[in-house]
Amino acid sequence: RCRSLPLVCSRTYHADKVAPIGSQPDKLSSEYQENYDRMKVLVDELRSRAEKISLGGGEKARKLHTSRGKLLPRERIDKLLDPWSPFLEFSQFAAYELYGTEEVPAGGIITGIGRVSGVECVIVANDATVKGGTYYPITVKKHLRAQEIAQQNHLPCIYLVDSGGANLPRQADVFPDRDHFGRIFFNQARLSSEGIAQIAVVMGSCTAGGAYVPAMADESIIVRKQGTIFLGGPPLVKAATGEEVSAEDLGGADLHCKKSGVTDHYALDDDHALHLARKAVRNLNYKPKIGVNIEPSEDPLYPADELYGIVGDNLKRNFDVREVIARIVDGSKFDEFKAFYGDTLVTGFSRIYGYPVGIIGNNGVLFSESAKKGTHFIELCCQRNIPLIFLQNITGFMVGREYEAGGIAKDGAKMVTAVACANVPKITVIIGGSYGAGNYGMCGRAYSPRFLYMWPNSRISVMGGEQAATVLATITKDQRAREGKEFTAEQEAAMKEPIVRRFEQEGSPYYSSARLWDDGIIDPADTRMVLGLSLDAALNAPSQKTRFGVFRM
Amino acid sequence: RGVRFVSGGVGKIEKVLIANRGEIACRVMRTAKKMGVRSVAVYSEADRHSMHVAMADEAYHIGPPPSQQSYLSMEKVLEVAKKSGSHAVHPGYGFLSENTEFAEACKQEGIIFIGPPSSAIRDMGIKSTSKHIMSAAGVPIIGGYHGEDQSNERLQEEAARIGYPVMIKAVRGGGGKGMRIARSDSDFLEQLESARREARKSFNDDVMLVEKFVEDPRHVEVQVFGDMHGNAVYLFERDCSVQRRHQKIIEEAPGPGISPEVRRKLGEAAVRAAKAVNYVGAGTVEFIMDAQHNFYFMEMNTRLQVEHPVSEMITGTDLVEWQLRVAAGERLPLLQDDIILSGHSFEARIYAEDPNNDFLPGAGPLLHLSTPASDEHTRIETGVREGDEVSAHYDPMIAKLVVWGEDRSAALKKLRYCLRQYNIVGLNTNIDFLLSLSGHPEFEAGNVTTSFIPQHYADLFPTPRAPSGATICQAALGLLLKERKHTQEFTETSTKPSSPFGSSSGWRSNVHFNRNMTLQLGDKKVHVVITHNKDGSYTMKIGEEVYHVTGEEEMEGGASFLHCSVNRVKSRPKLVILDNTVHLFSTEGSSQVSVPVLKHLAGVSGSGAQGGAVAPMTGTIEKVLVKAGDKVNVGDPLMVMIAMKMEHTIRAPKSGVIKRVFFSEGSQANRHAALVELEEEVEEGEDSSQ
Repeated sequence: RCRSLPLVCSRTYHADKVAPIGSQPDKLSSEYQENYDRMKVLVDELRSRAEKISLGGGEKARKLHTSRGKLLPRERIDKLLDPWSPFLEFSQFAAYELYGTEEVPAGGIITGIGRVSGVECVIVANDATVKGGTYYPITVKKHLRAQEIAQQNHLPCIYLVDSGGANLPRQADVFPDRDHFGRIFFNQARLSSEGIAQIAVVMGSCTAGGAYVPAMADESIIVRKQGTIFLGGPPLVKAATGEEVSAEDLGGADLHCKKSGVTDHYALDDDHALHLARKAVRNLNYKPKIGVNIEPSEDPLYPADELYGIVGDNLKRNFDVREVIARIVDGSKFDEFKAFYGDTLVTGFSRIYGYPVGIIGNNGVLFSESAKKGTHFIELCCQRNIPLIFLQNITGFMVGREYEAGGIAKDGAKMVTAVACANVPKITVIIGGSYGAGNYGMCGRAYSPRFLYMWPNSRISVMGGEQAATVLATITKDQRAREGKEFTAEQEAAMKEPIVRRFEQEGSPYYSSARLWDDGIIDPADTRMVLGLSLDAALNAPSQKTRFGVFRM
Repeated sequence: RGVRFVSGGVGKIEKVLIANRGEIACRVMRTAKKMGVRSVAVYSEADRHSMHVAMADEAYHIGPPPSQQSYLSMEKVLEVAKKSGSHAVHPGYGFLSENTEFAEACKQEGIIFIGPPSSAIRDMGIKSTSKHIMSAAGVPIIGGYHGEDQSNERLQEEAARIGYPVMIKAVRGGGGKGMRIARSDSDFLEQLESARREARKSFNDDVMLVEKFVEDPRHVEVQVFGDMHGNAVYLFERDCSVQRRHQKIIEEAPGPGISPEVRRKLGEAAVRAAKAVNYVGAGTVEFIMDAQHNFYFMEMNTRLQVEHPVSEMITGTDLVEWQLRVAAGERLPLLQDDIILSGHSFEARIYAEDPNNDFLPGAGPLLHLSTPASDEHTRIETGVREGDEVSAHYDPMIAKLVVWGEDRSAALKKLRYCLRQYNIVGLNTNIDFLLSLSGHPEFEAGNVTTSFIPQHYADLFPTPRAPSGATICQAALGLLLKERKHTQEFTETSTKPSSPFGSSSGWRSNVHFNRNMTLQLGDKKVHVVITHNKDGSYTMKIGEEVYHVTGEEEMEGGASFLHCSVNRVKSRPKLVILDNTVHLFSTEGSSQVSVPVLKHLAGVSGSGAQGGAVAPMTGTIEKVLVKAGDKVNVGDPLMVMIAMKMEHTIRAPKSGVIKRVFFSEGSQANRHAALVELEEEVEEGEDSSQ
């Protein structure tokens, strides 16, 4: 729950009062109820899938883990964080249905942002109950994405290491390429060079390449009789030199704290190690300089779950994005910019948890005017150092002769240029469809938003499944016609059906999240919290000037 | 009632030195202030920051903590009296209050000693003399031997003549010191020696008297007051029967079940006693009373007694004011017919002591102290504040709680109500014991005797109940709210005061957040699984029991209360969180719940239940039995310390190797000070979850 805080800068003269946006929905209407019920089903599905994933590996693996006196990775995170502090977890659905019959819950690694000793930190925790904590290709990707988030937002990194290293059968997809395993250590060095603290807590094995996580860290902690660090484990040593040595003697806490100096702090158990990590953060002397003014936070006027009834799961149904904004921003207050111009794009200033934001939301297909208005608004936000929030629900730019002639391509390009060059924090939430060039203009993954989230009802693909099937069917039909062949309605339907099905499957947020095309699927009712946490994290980074490229006029 | 003021006497008192400390010093100063008399305090090194020093208009340092070198030093007190220009000295009770030499010395220096003439002190201080005088004045006395022949043979002979059981008492004794009961010829000599030893130590005089011991008697005493004009009055009786270690803990006025007839006889006998020695000022005539309400003179205390407030409460008087007026030569403000008994009053003495350990006196810091609000009918007589130390050098009484009611049952109800609001953390007190004592049906019925505690021992010390699930939830809530407050305070002063990271919601993406909290109840661990609900409430699971918990901490009058609801039952216990322990005080009693000390803190933390070897109270290290490098097992003795005149053996709380010994023999250790550093043996597979 948000609290209103007495801050000095609240400007509440009577003349400054504004009318809130949003309206009371007709909760008795069948449309609202149907929307609500269907979205609720999606949210319940999301939560039950997430709960299952949060268990980690199988019961046997978990029992084995805890029987060794070790905490489960999520318990470790809970104890590392300030008590009751929120944890913004990323990509829970990494590896979801990605490796055939092999289940790798959360990709075998838990990443997210949470407050440790009052400082927002990126936490990367291996889950040893999932395939021994070994790195699958997606594990590497998720680890690297966490480091990218740390780099972009200047957040100290805490690695809770408990991993068997690279997954050997998949080494070809894990080891050699630029964005593979080695990049983790490259990042550690570069992040450290930028003054972003790297803290490693060795709570299990750190074998081979994994040994470099604590070795590359600024400060490292190891748990006695539990953590081990070595380049080659006992079997490899035996094979190479014939020497027989126990894991503890080869790379345990006593060795590394007393002899090798690979680790700096000696922990008696997990609790102690996490306590030491909290102390390490306390000693960072970390104080972010906030480049924006902050006002007291206010709850929105409307309950967040009304979003279910307003949006629903039917992407063909229109809704006013202002109703969504009204359920996300402080006091449902939204100072709209160019309200009567290019009205398929809604732009305006608002606040979330007291932080200023510029919001860009879709209210239909993008026309030239909407694109130009969006460009103007992005320029304003960059000029004023105001973070941008994109609420993406876009089928694309308008097509047709009239619009091509009107230069929609160059106007769209203006918006894409503005989005690409904007250096203020950008956060994207896909609340409906995300199709074609609309995805570019509305800051899709390729435009490096600091964070990108999806609602469970959303879809992402180059175009809708229906349209794609129709396009393909039309091409085939034309080809058949040229060859003088027949293309019956049944044939057409038979051809379209798998295409629609495939687009439906590949456009699903779970398909996207499994591959890390986004940072997570979120409950629409949590949008305000997720945006608040993301903004808060993003503001840790010093503000950067924006320099735009050439706008084609 | 007519109060007569008579001016002109032996002297004016505009500045009074209080040769005492603690509550009585504060009590005297309060009246002095009211009367416009300036007050001068004296203090020992240990009392530098005490309440009586803060209350006084002037205060003088008179020496090191031991009373022999400070509060008992006549020269130092007199020197301050002269230096400060005090017109009078109020001795309070104890210390110099019944010291003839001191009274004389004051007189010689031209300083008014607020008390009876030294002759009266002397006469009454020697028990054999006092009994002669009383007997001659027609006051009933009990059979005994008060002779000068102090040989063992003679004393034993007299004991046989009087008939067992007999009481052996130091002639100069008081306060239960130098007093023993011999039940038969066979244990007489042993008890005699024991009494002599103690008397020598306490009063430097081992002259003994022997008298009949009345079985299960009542201790009834009469407050008397005399002036220099030959007037003497009584302010009715007090019953002080209920005692432990021969010391009073609960007193009341008037005595329960005493008829007006007996009351008048008691009072008149007491006045006769006072007149027999030309008594001036406040005094108390103590009687022993048997089951038939026959009473016998025991002794006369020539000072203001600890329990004087109960007499004040039932007569509407201020006896300290009377003392000051009478000492200045005024007549008594009221004569006998003007003194009317009204209602009933109780006094409960709150001590730093451990009732569960034979009322072993304690000392230490008052980490938390909150009291009921005082008003016309409720008095909190104390000399300490929160944060003060109950010093091992002096009497461990923390306060006197005095209440008044229309009748005995009303007063008793009030007493119990107020006792529940008297909450202390930091040291053991007798408050819970006073509650069970004052709630005992026999006590309620007024059937009090000096054997009350041993007779009802089982009822007064019930086996402690384990805290209920609801109480555990309250403790957990208290801890959560404290954490939330920390977070809130941090967030509000940070550069991001509205940050949702500071929301204390335990929010998680798409999953429930369960906080696992382990709490320590005595030697038992309890696991509580806590979920933060969207509406701000908490769901707590203890085993299979599920509780719905809401609440806020509210400050009222400096104390913090937990306004909470557990499964829709609302309550508001007082909440004190100190160190790693939650103390809850409710109308149903008090309970304590701790957070277990984590493994890595166990060696450092001083007060944790399962922490290292720590001093149980402030005291002197008598013997050190281990040295660095020694291997010890659980329960092995490590040190012997002397505290409050008792020996305490400190034992190893866990097996391990002694790394360091922090104290040497003869050094002083504060309560909860770590005595040794003990490195635990490495154990495998230990439950380390919190």
